[in-house]
Amino acid sequence: MRKLLFQSLFRQPLTEQAPRPDDAALAELAAMVGDSARRRLGRSLSIREVDAGSCNGCELEIHALNNAYYDVERFGIRFVASPRHADVLLVTGPVTHNMREALERTYHATPDPKWVVAAGDCARDGGCFAGSYAVVGGVSAVVPVDLHIPGCPPPPMTILRGLLALLEQVDTAIAAR
Amino acid sequence: MRSLIDVIRAGRTVERHHPWPRVAVDGDSWLAVAGLLADGQLSLRGLWGEPSRVHMAIGAEDGSDVCVISLDCPDRRFPSIAAHHRPALRLERTIHDLFGLEAIGTPDSRPWLDHGRWQIRFPLGEQRAAAAPDAPPYQFLAAEGEDLHRIAVGPVHAGIIEPGHFRFTASGEAVVRLEERLGYTHKGVEGLMAGSSVERAARLAGRVSGDSTVAYALAFSQAVEAAQQIAVPPRALWLRALMAELERLANHLGDIGAICNDASFALMHAHCGVLRERVLRAADIAFGHRLMRDVVVPGGLAHDIADAGPAAIRAALGEIRRHFPALIDLYDNTASLQDRTVGTGSLNPALARQFAAGGYIGRASGRNHDARRKPGYRPYDVLRFEVPVLDDGDVNARVWIRIREVEQSLSLADQIMDGLESGPVRVPLQSPAEPTEGMAIVEGFRGDILAWLRLDGDRIERCHLRDPSWFQWPLLEAAIEGNIVADFPLCNKSFNCSYSGHDL
Repeated sequence: MRKLLFQSLFRQPLTEQAPRPDDAALAELAAMVGDSARRRLGRSLSIREVDAGSCNGCELEIHALNNAYYDVERFGIRFVASPRHADVLLVTGPVTHNMREALERTYHATPDPKWVVAAGDCARDGGCFAGSYAVVGGVSAVVPVDLHIPGCPPPPMTILRGLLALLEQVDTAIAAR
Repeated sequence: MRSLIDVIRAGRTVERHHPWPRVAVDGDSWLAVAGLLADGQLSLRGLWGEPSRVHMAIGAEDGSDVCVISLDCPDRRFPSIAAHHRPALRLERTIHDLFGLEAIGTPDSRPWLDHGRWQIRFPLGEQRAAAAPDAPPYQFLAAEGEDLHRIAVGPVHAGIIEPGHFRFTASGEAVVRLEERLGYTHKGVEGLMAGSSVERAARLAGRVSGDSTVAYALAFSQAVEAAQQIAVPPRALWLRALMAELERLANHLGDIGAICNDASFALMHAHCGVLRERVLRAADIAFGHRLMRDVVVPGGLAHDIADAGPAAIRAALGEIRRHFPALIDLYDNTASLQDRTVGTGSLNPALARQFAAGGYIGRASGRNHDARRKPGYRPYDVLRFEVPVLDDGDVNARVWIRIREVEQSLSLADQIMDGLESGPVRVPLQSPAEPTEGMAIVEGFRGDILAWLRLDGDRIERCHLRDPSWFQWPLLEAAIEGNIVADFPLCNKSFNCSYSGHDL
């Protein structure tokens, strides 16, 4: 273990350059977030991930945000275990009827101010599962959504750009007050 | 007792079902097969319904001699297999939820996937019914004794994982009983597939379980090709196998790190995460998608490997070969980590055999089974690989099986790239006049995936996809017994069953 740790001191970091926030996401957020921010988040976001019925593809890429390449914590973004600790709900999947109540209860357990990010094509409108007897539809059919991140699944860099746009927008909205 | 040969002789072999036979039998023969399953002479590979028929896929313990037994049930009742052979239980409950077919003599008539939220009952059955407005709450099984307490977990878990509910009954720290309740991610995939085009159904198949998108697309495509008796070009077969091995590599690397992380050993997680990312990036360069989604299609591949693909894959494999041995040493030589994994969550080999558990779960508990070997499919018949098997059945054994399989997949990927022929990667599908049926069993990273379908022209009439998790989830309930509650995440991750693949 010592050798591995020692090597890590001298190896070039694997971490990617910080990407630019996503322009489309910025535009969507400018309309949605607006003045809803009531307190300074200190450039940090705590995220509670909720799988509302996804195939698990989006979860894999959200997991990847924590690896050495994307290292999401350097931006002050971290994943928390409880909705009580969260600023953002990151919701994936078409919302299934069997998950609807759990998603609603998670939303209501999250303190204000809060934002909901719908990740993946299914989370927008149910994707290829839309129309099934078991599926409600997109996330916005159940809880209000502030930002959509498209993709099937969205690659980690796309998710990261969306989250950075959210962070920036939240910051500007508060600074403007 | 009647043997399987007697049952098959007494039944009617259905035409245009490939590549293994399907035999329509009567109720007595159906029950005779239940007896053979209960005796351990056969393994249950799948059990699924149609509006007025039930099918059961069976085979020998080693994976060979696959056969489908079908029973017509015009009165919407069939003799319960689970009454004799418990691995059938959740599948029977599902058949009732989806089709309204009643298993006579079932030891458990509670619903499984139907949580009373769909607005309709029996959504795929002949006679749909309105959902009962106030269905009774789900009754969990009892555990009685002094000083027992219950812990309810989920469906929303603490980590970035899929939803499911776990009901623990504990005595102090020790788990006395775990009961799973699944079905939260049920999306009605089989309902969406019925009547859809082959292309749309292939996209759905690739979205049953995100971590196994290649394996599912492969199982579905092979079943379509079997039904239509189509031969896929060799280059497509080999590239499919390459993708399947990359998927296995990425998932195993992710799992090895994540299991160690659940024992609070973050260093392994960080290093394995880097190697996993390398595989995904190479896959992206080679096949245009990090998870290689929608590349395997019935008839071959949607497109050939990119020109830069082979070099990118070789670079990623080289990287893993350079760094993985040090990680194996790290795992093997860290006493505090071994203290958590050795002897934890032991799965009895007899149970693994009874449930015909596939993948690393079965192989870590003495089951020498790999669908790439038996029943086997191309091109694995000409590739060299070993199937690692251990007998300990604990978390440690499941880690070691994955480590050995990473090594095997590295070797397989090399062999495939060395032997790759040039040529076309796709042949057109046909549109036969009569309905045809096909099935396939494919080894995903988690175990054997079964696909069965009936085609009517270029439409799917019925498609059933059985995730390996169906025969693994119940074993987690057994493996956790007597362990401390705090070791559940570790045990659960070492099983890494699919929620979405199971719930479908």
